[in-house]
Amino acid sequence: MNSTTYLGIDIGSTTVKLVAVRDNTIIYKQYERHFSKVREKACEMLRAAQNIIGQDNLYVAITGSAGLGMAKASSVDFVQEVFATRKAVGVHVPSADVVIELGGEDAKIIFLTGQLEERMNGSCAGGTGAFIDQMAVLLDVTPTELDALSQHAERIYTIASRCGVFAKSDIQPLLNEGARKEDVAASIFQAVVNQTLTGLAQGRQVIGDVLFLGGPLFFFKGLQQRFRETLQLDDQHAHFPELAPYAIAAGAAEYARDTQTCYTYQDLLQTLEQAANVPAVSNYLPPLFTSQEEYRAFSNRHSKHDVMTQNVTMYRGNAYLGIDCGSTTTKLVLIGEDNQILYHHYSPNKGNPVDVIQEQLKKLYGLCGDRVHILSSAVTGYGEALIQNAFGIDHGLVETVAHFRAARHFCPEVDFIIDIGGQDIKCFKIRNNCIDNIFLNEACSSGCGSFIETFARSMGYSIEEFCKLGLFSEHPIDLGSRCTVFMNSSVKQAQKDGASIDMISSGLSVSVVKNALYKVIRAHSPDDLGKHIVVQGGTFLNDAILRSFEQEIGREVTRPAISGLMGAYGAALHAKDNCPEQTALMLPEELEHFSHSVSNVRCGLCTNHCSLTINSFPGGRRFISGNRCERPLGKNKSVELPDLYKWKYEYLRGLKSKSASEKIGLPFGLNFYELLPFWMTFLNELDFEVVLSDPSSREMYMHGQHSIPSDTVCYPAKLIHGHIDNLIKKGVSSIFYPCMTYNLDEGRADNCYNCPVVAYYPELLQANVAELQNIDFMMPYFELKDQKRFQVQATKFFYKKYSRIKKKDIRRATEAAYRALDNYYAAIREQGRKAIAYADANGLELAVIVGRPYHIDPEINHGLNQMIASYGMVIVTEDAVWNLADKPDVHVLNQWTYHSRMYSAANYVVHKPNAQLIQLVSFGCGIDAITTDEIRSIIESGGKIYTQLKIDEINNLGAAKIRIRSMLAAIEEGKKLAKQQ
Amino acid sequence: MQNSNNHVPFTAEMKKDYTILVPNMLPIQFGLVLQIMKNYGYNMELLTTDGPAIVDQGLKNVHNDTCYPALLVIGQLMDAIESGKYDTHKLALIMSQTGGGCRASNYIHLLRKALENNGYDYIPVISLNFSGLEENPGFQLTPQMLLQVAYGIMIGDLIMQIYNQCRPYEVIPGSSQKAVEICMRTVAERFTGNRLIRYSEVRRLYKFVLEAFGKLKLDHSKLKKRVGIVGEIYVKFSPLGNNHLEDFLISENCEPVLPGLMDFCLYSIYNGIVDHKLYGRSAKTALRDQMLYRFVLGKQKDMIHMIEQHGKFRPPAPFDTIRKLSQEIINPGVKMGEGWLLPAEMVELITEGVNNIVCAQPFGCLPNHIAGKGMVRKIREHYPQANIVSVDYDPSASKINQENRIKLMLSSAED
Repeated sequence: MNSTTYLGIDIGSTTVKLVAVRDNTIIYKQYERHFSKVREKACEMLRAAQNIIGQDNLYVAITGSAGLGMAKASSVDFVQEVFATRKAVGVHVPSADVVIELGGEDAKIIFLTGQLEERMNGSCAGGTGAFIDQMAVLLDVTPTELDALSQHAERIYTIASRCGVFAKSDIQPLLNEGARKEDVAASIFQAVVNQTLTGLAQGRQVIGDVLFLGGPLFFFKGLQQRFRETLQLDDQHAHFPELAPYAIAAGAAEYARDTQTCYTYQDLLQTLEQAANVPAVSNYLPPLFTSQEEYRAFSNRHSKHDVMTQNVTMYRGNAYLGIDCGSTTTKLVLIGEDNQILYHHYSPNKGNPVDVIQEQLKKLYGLCGDRVHILSSAVTGYGEALIQNAFGIDHGLVETVAHFRAARHFCPEVDFIIDIGGQDIKCFKIRNNCIDNIFLNEACSSGCGSFIETFARSMGYSIEEFCKLGLFSEHPIDLGSRCTVFMNSSVKQAQKDGASIDMISSGLSVSVVKNALYKVIRAHSPDDLGKHIVVQGGTFLNDAILRSFEQEIGREVTRPAISGLMGAYGAALHAKDNCPEQTALMLPEELEHFSHSVSNVRCGLCTNHCSLTINSFPGGRRFISGNRCERPLGKNKSVELPDLYKWKYEYLRGLKSKSASEKIGLPFGLNFYELLPFWMTFLNELDFEVVLSDPSSREMYMHGQHSIPSDTVCYPAKLIHGHIDNLIKKGVSSIFYPCMTYNLDEGRADNCYNCPVVAYYPELLQANVAELQNIDFMMPYFELKDQKRFQVQATKFFYKKYSRIKKKDIRRATEAAYRALDNYYAAIREQGRKAIAYADANGLELAVIVGRPYHIDPEINHGLNQMIASYGMVIVTEDAVWNLADKPDVHVLNQWTYHSRMYSAANYVVHKPNAQLIQLVSFGCGIDAITTDEIRSIIESGGKIYTQLKIDEINNLGAAKIRIRSMLAAIEEGKKLAKQQ
Repeated sequence: MQNSNNHVPFTAEMKKDYTILVPNMLPIQFGLVLQIMKNYGYNMELLTTDGPAIVDQGLKNVHNDTCYPALLVIGQLMDAIESGKYDTHKLALIMSQTGGGCRASNYIHLLRKALENNGYDYIPVISLNFSGLEENPGFQLTPQMLLQVAYGIMIGDLIMQIYNQCRPYEVIPGSSQKAVEICMRTVAERFTGNRLIRYSEVRRLYKFVLEAFGKLKLDHSKLKKRVGIVGEIYVKFSPLGNNHLEDFLISENCEPVLPGLMDFCLYSIYNGIVDHKLYGRSAKTALRDQMLYRFVLGKQKDMIHMIEQHGKFRPPAPFDTIRKLSQEIINPGVKMGEGWLLPAEMVELITEGVNNIVCAQPFGCLPNHIAGKGMVRKIREHYPQANIVSVDYDPSASKINQENRIKLMLSSAED
């Protein structure tokens, strides 16, 4: 008699797993990557198992995120993957309390003990296997090597955990600044752990026996280590079974026990093979090229924008060096007197641009011999400061300026430049020969080269090959315009539907372009971009992407043949325009002895405790990065410019509560940043001692993060959880945090709402922070708009609650509180006046930073104000200037108090010649989606430059610096022009 | 009240021959309301368009971080304008404006911006609001009209809810849809010819609806999981917004349970009362709202009574019960967006034995951080049997992810 075998096939986003169970034992298991050939792979694996199960009666179930399509096409039973996981756990590791399972693009957590709960990653795929793969590509190692590296880590960096995109923008600067790969590798794993715990565990703590499943958690020992340490699990409680990669397939096999259909081996194989050939239905786009002729015409047109070249070995005379040290690649260009390219180089910087440049310079000197003299040099890009320091480059310039310089060379009338690089999209408008408007994608890298590259690599192609596959695809698949992480799932869905690689390739090319246009630039029409568009950056070297771009905007554009070298070429032109008397570029002899090492220290010079990366060069030279201020650089202390961010923060933190026997805790976050003087005075007057939570920090955030229920809420709100935790640890027995639908009415808006998050966050805390149950958490509803009404409501609350408080106490306290708040407002305005006067008297630029009161928290703004001040700007806030200008006409419903201040402040900037506006926007702030457009239009209608800085939990000032420097460069340029005229 | 931006008003003149385009949210309720408006001389057309072109139009025309409903509603309107089907010089648009503290009150301005950017700044946009935010001389809602509209919504709610109770069990595929059409036609006929509907007639129509559906052959032998849908109002109701969630649930062998639109109206009315209670705001408004609230509540009770009498279908819970139930979860002061209504509806579903709930919201929906996702933990503390999944919708979220999440919820429902 034939034996009965249960078969589970788990088709994930990147791998296929097959498990066969006979007599309660796993007799066969297999794990392979499918490289998007989902159905073929499944059949292939089944064939491979013929020896073992060929004669059996088979019961089968398919599971996995990419398995549904196959199951439907073949009518084999399908079981939802988490359900399958639970089945597997029940059979194989019954003692587990919690299961954490990471797959290619899925992350799941299942709480088995207590209330059963299953959660999987929703709209965010951060912290999954695909994320680790992507990070490995970034470090230019295999995932296995990444794991090996991580085990030699000495320190952990903070890397944003929410999504791969953010993590990337944290990692890139670390690499560029020379952080050890070992440390970065471990930090990547830590980010995965954090993501799992914040994003998935949400309000619940992971305790007891924890079972870890899925490929990544089995293969990566470093990841296991991070989980063990973070969750403080000993070996008895952390389970990493052999079964881990196959668990879901094993669960599906268990599920197969209950299915009805019995297959013979041949039947099953045939069924699956047939399913593999079922054509899929999807939305298709028109092809990029319909014929070879069309492609040829296209290629000819673009080949016109070439640059003259001359071999460096044939050239005699002066030369100028330009280096673009980008996020993933290093570009180097040497030009001659006629702007011809004598030498160029383009290579990945492999996480260490210094070595690349050293090698290139040596080579270049060799080629130059005595004939060619390098008179001047310039560097641009992410690694600008490091490279300039290391090799004595004459000029450092911000990328945007370098690109503009190069674009102008090819298209003097250029009015729009778009550069799509490895992980960033930069585009800017040119008005009056000035960089006028910059769009960067710091919060979203959808549609950048690195995504396609990662994808190409995961399917075993180089980016060039991959893009070429799509050129003549008849049916590019419509993947829409969406975030990189979501794009993964879309591609997954397309694969599930059986889309071929050429369809996906061409579809991705179109998506990249759509993202750039509709997500980053938000163009309405081609005219929005400009008439003379120059496209550049390595990504545009791919014809498929260039074609999609032209098709999408319906206009021909200029792609210089050196599209990928434009930054370096622009830098070289800049070097030529600004020739020093004697170049400081490192000489050949020095280069021979050049070496560099990297170390990390924590700065102890102030309370910021920045983690510094120190690059040491020969001769005791050092380059320090990671610093927020000038102090660790040992430079002479420059004059401290007025900075209202700093002043306000110090004012509020400096408020002293009176001592009393009854203590009430206030979490120092969100609207307490404005109302602290009010509530502290009010409570003091009622004989309470106010205990304020400590200054925000990353650590504090981590302590509170387990109770955050919504991972897409803004960082300032998330931080509050840490403050509550901090207060509880301080031992307060009561916390006061009122809900406030309405804010104060400053007479500038149609209503005076708070944003929903600010208004009702106490409700959320009360519902999600378990520890608050043992605490008197007071969250009355108050409105401060009308003093009398407040007094009535406050009386209702406090008089009822505390017998010792008399009605007249509340009246007195109310009056004092309003006075304190008025004093605070008056003091801000007075400081503002002083700062403005200082800027005017010293001929300085005034940075009007508009945002929310709580943006002054250094943990929220990551020291942006210090960075801006370091460029010689005087900083004032929106609440210091809004009353100095009229209320502008706005085209939106102006109904939030904090936001209406920004409109007035923008109007102030428009009318103040030396003022510039910088808007801070918290990532995830829904209301700023409305204010940003409006403020931009106020600012631009006044002929000024609008600058927006998005802030998140990421502690990276790189992108912000580019913005600020471009803005300053544009102001300079504008001044120069004004002088000439 | 309004800022000095000079939007194009909808004049009395325009009322004569302009078509007013209405973005879709609830085909049944909106369909009936439009019929009533026609009776008052407004030529309104409900957009029933669907498909990716709408999302594309939305992405092109509104800020990417704006919430999904705005993107879809504006996308649907722009798509219609550019379809070539209409004389754009004889076209007006309508958009609701709650005046609440969430972003939704700003959609109308985003729509105007979109029109301006595309060269349609001459198209008037009517603000549908009850807080005096904007006024249009050609579009006036009289109390009498509002009463008629309310009747329309109540009948629409009844049709929708009974339809949902029939469709998963229908023996003849499509028969419940046919019943909807018959009911819609019959109700619409009553609202023509400048007639005013009296309440007694509304009751007769209730009866007609109950009987029309009562005649359907239903098969209750196969057990279906009942799944409640709550969330942000647009995404909750609109198939365009929630990727045809109801159809998906039915294909998964479930019975979708949706609260009516009137609940949202009652919630909005009640908030006026809360503002007085909590902050001492206008007592006069509160008194007016209190009367209004009681009036509608009475009508709802009547409907419930009739459903009970008919005996074949489950009536909704009285709104006041729902409201009171929510107070153990959240303070009625939370009034932005769906505010306290959201946990209230979840609790209502659970107490009626519908433990499986999909909470649908646009990605990054501000009020739902608090009232939706933020309250799930607490609701489960009170009702451990609750099986709630929160699903985000936005232009980039893939359907497969959303469906996976819902299936996951359903799979726990089995134990």
